[in-house]
Amino acid sequence: MEFGLSEDQTLLQETVRRFVAEQAPLDLIRKIAEGDAEAKQTIATGMDELGLNGVVIPEELGGAGLGMLDAVLVQECLGYGIVPSGFLANVVASSTLSSVDTGLAQAIAAGEARFGIALNDLVSRRDGAGLSAENGGLSGTSMMALSAEDATHLLVCDGEGNLHVCAPEDHQVLSTIDRTRVFVELKLSKAKSQMSVTDDRGALARACLLLAADSLGASQAMLDKAVEYAKERKQFGRVIGSFQAVKHLCAEMAAKIEPSRALIWHAAHALDMDEDEAQVMAFLAKAHMSEVATFVARTSTEVYGGMGFTDLVGLHYWFKRIGVNRQLLGSPAQLRQMAAVAQGLAAA
Amino acid sequence: MDLTLSPEYTAFRDHVAKLLEENAHLAPGPEDKGLKHPKRLAWQKFLIGEGLTARTIPKEYGGYGAEPDILKSRIIAEEFARSGVPRPLAGQGISMLVPTLLELGTPEQKEKYIRPTLHGEMIWCQGYSEPGAGSDLASLQTKAVEDGDDYVINGQKIWTSTARQADMIFCLVRTDPAAKKHHGITYILFPMDTPGIEVRPLVDMTGSANFNEVFFTDVRVPKSGVVFEPNKGWQVANATLTHERGMLGDPNATKARFVELVELMKRETVNGERLIDNPLLCDRLMALQAEVYAMQANGLRIMTSRLKRESVGLAGLVVKLQGCELNHQIAGLAIDALGELGVLYGDGEHLRSEGSWQWRYMYDLGLIIGGGTAQIQKNIIAERGLDMPREPKPAVRA
Ligand SMILES: Cc1cc2nc3c(=O)[nH]c(=O)nc-3n(C[C@H](O)[C@H](O)[C@H](O)COP(=O)(O)OP(=O)(O)OC[C@H]3O[C@@H](n4cnc5c(N)ncnc54)[C@H](O)[C@@H]3O)c2cc1C
Repeated sequence: MEFGLSEDQTLLQETVRRFVAEQAPLDLIRKIAEGDAEAKQTIATGMDELGLNGVVIPEELGGAGLGMLDAVLVQECLGYGIVPSGFLANVVASSTLSSVDTGLAQAIAAGEARFGIALNDLVSRRDGAGLSAENGGLSGTSMMALSAEDATHLLVCDGEGNLHVCAPEDHQVLSTIDRTRVFVELKLSKAKSQMSVTDDRGALARACLLLAADSLGASQAMLDKAVEYAKERKQFGRVIGSFQAVKHLCAEMAAKIEPSRALIWHAAHALDMDEDEAQVMAFLAKAHMSEVATFVARTSTEVYGGMGFTDLVGLHYWFKRIGVNRQLLGSPAQLRQMAAVAQGLAAA
Repeated sequence: MDLTLSPEYTAFRDHVAKLLEENAHLAPGPEDKGLKHPKRLAWQKFLIGEGLTARTIPKEYGGYGAEPDILKSRIIAEEFARSGVPRPLAGQGISMLVPTLLELGTPEQKEKYIRPTLHGEMIWCQGYSEPGAGSDLASLQTKAVEDGDDYVINGQKIWTSTARQADMIFCLVRTDPAAKKHHGITYILFPMDTPGIEVRPLVDMTGSANFNEVFFTDVRVPKSGVVFEPNKGWQVANATLTHERGMLGDPNATKARFVELVELMKRETVNGERLIDNPLLCDRLMALQAEVYAMQANGLRIMTSRLKRESVGLAGLVVKLQGCELNHQIAGLAIDALGELGVLYGDGEHLRSEGSWQWRYMYDLGLIIGGGTAQIQKNIIAERGLDMPREPKPAVRA
């Protein structure tokens, strides 16, 4: 038994970490938040060059042939740098489609197909919202679709929980707290379902786990920044990091983050191994990581004092990344409920 | 302990409820922006005239001039919270400076400033914090040098809320650099349009510039602006800080938000079910309601002690810490309850409550930090409230 990363995985992690540090500094992220399309493209191009979108696609289809654990490592790095990208949507789509549509998987690996995903209705459906599949095609609306704004294909769900691939039609960009990423409300009217898959929540579990990994990375970044600041900022003639109150804030964050990382890696491995409890772990991982990240977001801001509340240090971009991830694809309570149901511990 | 209302008070409560209900249409709405919007000023004037705010402040200073009566104050605050009718104005001038002046101001200062401040015609900002002096406020460096009947001020303030809209500033300056850090500070009032003042907005995480940097270059202000005595500013500032912390943890403001949250959860449905019918959300709501009740009751206790001129003790020391945290949690529940719609902000057809829950969630975090951080509050509770040994003294004098 060995719980840890392989040499290749460490290498992958380092590559992506370097890419994020060098190619996606906060200045660039700020530009993206202000709507600079070129800045956004720089990142997409860089990720294509690294072949990241094909991470879970089998080698014979042009991908890297790796698994969810690898995808999770990449997503953690992206979260660390609050990098907006289509990675999550492409990984979820390609792991759902690799076995059923080799052509599409190949297109994703080659960078020719870019997916948007809209799975929110699998978790909660508001009055009048949601997509339904009828003879004529897919119709209705779906909230908070990810990476759908410039997608070539969409992976959506209908009211029965089936997944469909269709072409993008109309959408409305939503204004959220997180200006670095684009979220849309999809509007479909008899969109042709190019393919439908009964997937039994596998896609949802993967998306949840990747969101958890993203919040993990963002939390780690916030902790690192807080620790660094606490070693520099002086009050009462001392660095604030020498106050036990501040040390304990940082230690509590670390104490919550470390086991979360192990949980997320384990859940990813369980998905790769197709273990029975894999989905339960993925749902719980997102539920738990959301709680931890919410704590880290406010606590690291507190360590920064008034400075943390301003736009000057940009800490709020991480705060908002975490805030949005928490609400996407199920609140912690909803996911815990789903985990209980999946284990037969609670009635559906 | 007697919390029943005598007929006099039930009559008073009915009177207040009726006043608010009948005049709610006069109240400013969210669209009436701007601190001096005529509707806001008219509403304030109406409320003062009816004794629904500035109730115990003497008539000669523009208040309503009633005898202190904690039950009546409580009834008024509760009726505002219950009815959801917009509350009276409450800026740093009204909530912090006015009580300070009533306590320590000269007759001329009271005469000149209290009336327009209460009526919302004179906006104030608080010039305390500096880049190097936040939690360690007493290490502030902005210098004021005597010159005849004036002081000449040089230095910089930061995090100054509403400095751009303010007519006046209440400011802490160092007047005796040789004295120990707490003893060389003076509390002084002056107009924001005095030559030499530059205000630069600071954008915060909510996306707007709620506060500012303020730079002073050879700003000449008359000595008559000093409150209490020169070099006694630390005492005056502490009096103000007490009022600030009371304001930041005001349980009736919290109650009003709680009522809004309940309404939201009754209105909104997911998967065909009202949010309030979801047992998990309802449980969190009830847990918060218990805390709201606790903070309200704590507020009554504080009012009683103040009236009897007894020490308020721990009950007072915990208000800012607990109250600000509770506000943050209420906003957090609203966002969770709204699910994926909880992240919407700015504009759009799906936005709920104008995005105010997200705004509050962020701004309330700011208030957990501002006005003395949560960690500093805990130090104070432990040292002053529980009489525990003080934190080790700093190695160097700042
Ligand atoms: C929304 C908002 C509005 C504000 N409005 C105003 C205003 O109108 N006027 C004004 O003058 N100021 C205002 N402030 C400033 C506010 O008072 C300061 O931000 C606050 O006092 C903290 O100071 P700081 O930001 O320098 O943080 P720091 O003092 O640098 O604190 C950084 C961290 O160190 C911790 N720390 C510091 N000292 C100790 C210690 N001894 N023991 C344990 N922990 C410690 C703090 O708790 C914090 O976590 C506002 C701030 C905010 C956020």
